[in-house]
Amino acid sequence: MAVHALPRDLAETTAAYDRRRRNELLFFGAVVLALAALPLAVRDVYAQNVIVLTLMYAALSQSWNILGGYCGQISLGHALYFGIGAYTTSLLYTKAGILPWFGMLAGGLLAAALALALGYQLFRLAGHYFSIATIVIAEAGLLLVHNWDWAGAATGIQWPYVPDSWATFQFGRDKLPYIYFALGLFVVTWLVTFLIEGSRWGYWWRAVKDNADAAQSLGVMIFKSKMAAAAVSAFFTAVGGSFYAAFVSYIDPESVMAFQFSLLMALPAVLGGIGTLWGPALGAAILIPMTEVTRSYLGGSGRGIDLIVYGALIMVVALARPQGLVSLFTRRPAPKV
Amino acid sequence: MTPEIFIQILASGLLMGLIYALIAVGLSLIFGLMDVVNFAHGEFMMLAMYATFGAVLLIAIDPLFLAPLVVAALFVVGATAYLGVVQYAMRAKANLGMVQIFATFGLAVVIRGVAQLLFTPDYRNLPPNLLGGKTVSLGGIYLPLPQLAGGLVSVAAFTGLWLLITKTDFGKALEATREDAGAVALVGIDKNRVFTLGWGLGAALVGLAGAMLAINYYIYPDVGAPFALIAYVVVALGGFGSVFGALAAGILVGLVEAVSAVILPSSLKAVGIYALYLAVVFVRPRGLFGSL
Amino acid sequence: MIPPLLSVEGVSRRFGGLAAVSEVSLSVGPGEIVGLIGPNGAGKSTLFNLIAGAIPVSAGTIRFEGEDITGLSAPDRCRRGIARTFQVVKSFDSMSVLDNVVVGALVRHPHASRARLKAAEVLDFAGLAGRAAAPAGDLTPPEKRRLEVARALATEPKLLLLDEVMTGLTPAEAQKGVELVRRVRETGVTVLMVEHVMEIVMPLVDRAFVLHLGRELAHGKPADVARDPGVVAAYLGDRRRAA
Repeated sequence: MAVHALPRDLAETTAAYDRRRRNELLFFGAVVLALAALPLAVRDVYAQNVIVLTLMYAALSQSWNILGGYCGQISLGHALYFGIGAYTTSLLYTKAGILPWFGMLAGGLLAAALALALGYQLFRLAGHYFSIATIVIAEAGLLLVHNWDWAGAATGIQWPYVPDSWATFQFGRDKLPYIYFALGLFVVTWLVTFLIEGSRWGYWWRAVKDNADAAQSLGVMIFKSKMAAAAVSAFFTAVGGSFYAAFVSYIDPESVMAFQFSLLMALPAVLGGIGTLWGPALGAAILIPMTEVTRSYLGGSGRGIDLIVYGALIMVVALARPQGLVSLFTRRPAPKV
Repeated sequence: MTPEIFIQILASGLLMGLIYALIAVGLSLIFGLMDVVNFAHGEFMMLAMYATFGAVLLIAIDPLFLAPLVVAALFVVGATAYLGVVQYAMRAKANLGMVQIFATFGLAVVIRGVAQLLFTPDYRNLPPNLLGGKTVSLGGIYLPLPQLAGGLVSVAAFTGLWLLITKTDFGKALEATREDAGAVALVGIDKNRVFTLGWGLGAALVGLAGAMLAINYYIYPDVGAPFALIAYVVVALGGFGSVFGALAAGILVGLVEAVSAVILPSSLKAVGIYALYLAVVFVRPRGLFGSL
Repeated sequence: MIPPLLSVEGVSRRFGGLAAVSEVSLSVGPGEIVGLIGPNGAGKSTLFNLIAGAIPVSAGTIRFEGEDITGLSAPDRCRRGIARTFQVVKSFDSMSVLDNVVVGALVRHPHASRARLKAAEVLDFAGLAGRAAAPAGDLTPPEKRRLEVARALATEPKLLLLDEVMTGLTPAEAQKGVELVRRVRETGVTVLMVEHVMEIVMPLVDRAFVLHLGRELAHGKPADVARDPGVVAAYLGDRRRAA
């Protein structure tokens, strides 16, 4: 095919692409700066706690989004990777004195390796069979940890009390270090997603999600794509789990590996818009503060009103905005499927 | 292990398995009908248990005789869930699978909240009744009466379901809609009506299981979750959409659980089920009886 | 004689007990446009899927540029230079038109920025430049067919398999489609096209190959094939059944 100069509207299309990418980065930079300034304005410890959790879930959901949103493999078992991160870090620290920073890396790598080993079998399953299998594997993991005496079994692991230090990543009252680390984690997961979105993997993953047959006919390696997405997704989920362990300095199987964590990682992405750059962050920014507020104002009575509000919100958003809330901010309508 | 003990284990596993099958079959039915996995299935069962509990307190009849009432109530719950939530989830223009998961999951959370509001998070159990806590001895094998009744009810329900599907017009409409939901409109079957009845039937079946389980189980707002998990395993093991698969897989899961409970520490008995499930789907990705 | 680009040798495919394709042999030379025609259920799409590697053969050999590719996967065949479209359009509906084509271009250009330029060029060639930024899901059916051709061309194939690209098009649109296929051949790409409607393909193809009930019924110059009594009978029978 003869290469000739691109006609104007096509040159405009590629230029528009570059502009959009640059604008997205600039906007992201502005958001990060605003978030970095936020804890300086909000001094309340409770509110700072909510900020930590919101940023953490934004990062976790972004990690989930890589596999579930971009590659279309709906995992409902990501609590397994979260738990692996939390347990690896906690065990290495309390049993061998290895600093959480190294534990974080070890947990991430271990989770990625496990995701690859499991993916080898799991990615032969289609649709609901895949989702159910991820639930079952995560539950089996929870059960095993529950019965693993060396890892504290049902009692869990308490981190020793130490003076505030960056080395051990332990801060008794000061929430700022945790806020900035969670923000950093969010920045990294967002940038990774941003880079992937513009690269071959990003195109491949979305092609696998939309139509595997067509993708295959265009030279896309389906299995390899899913495996890569699973490994990246598991790695960052586990890093999030490590962070959480350091943040609360006490973990037990239920508090880091229960099924609800798998849902909590998927939910912000679903609310905000799966397979989008901003969906998970937007979803987390709404969902997490709302959960915390309903829990503290309505949950204390134990009367279930917080659950009713929370459940109704999930239902309403899922039904009213299937493309997620980010679609409210994009000019053209989301593509019909 | 003596043969008697072995038979004892198998018998109680079989009875539990029949209950699991009864819990799972409604899930499988709904999936086969319209490709939706209902994440509020466990909550339907929990509602049935509370309905039994509430009815016993109100009218003081034995829970066994209240079961038909509970089943009818759950039929209404299922049909309402379809009409009020699921039919809208089916219309999503994007991310259909996710919308269905989270619409039904949101419903589950709401139902749990309502149960907490009405009954508090406390553990409840039924006042003394005909079957509760009693056992019966058959040739040296002791069977708890509630489980035996549950197993028999499950067999009866599966027989009825088989008759319904093969002998009635509704059954034929159900089969036709499963085969091709688009084409049935052409032959004058109202798809929406079949779906509504299908959800009612699915909820009624798990409601029957809940009514039987209420007799000897603690009742609390989260009681549905562990049973729902087993139901998902049973359905995936048997093959999504297969009624016979749900029965066979339910029994298999019951037996494996009973045997695991003997050879593994009791807290690990579910690992046997999970291992069985994973071993099967890794060899047969669409379950034992799922169509390829 | 020039060695064929594609040669299918005694290929069969059974589904359960049913033989969808039985011992079919055909070859396509470089630069040709070959039509694969036949009534409904003749096994045309199955044969296409076998050549593209979407499903494995039950028996027989498929060679491409003289090499045995029978055991290669669909992505590997794509890398060798076989591209295809689908009878039922399979666009990536959550992506833009341009991004759809980029997926194809990535096979030869691993760097996404280079692949985007290639994709823009192919879109222009296929007459879709004006729709580059639209979501693929918003395209009209004829535009979607065009998009599939563009996506396949972006993989820079030596052999392009077109599966009923003219189906459902108005005569005017079909004429544009015929035009596009001719231009594709001019760029040096060999074309094997499945069509159900003989009237569209006959003027376009160099040779026609007729399948009936999974077996070869006739092959040769389009004019000869159209006069073949067996072909006429098969098509009439098909029309009678359809009526």
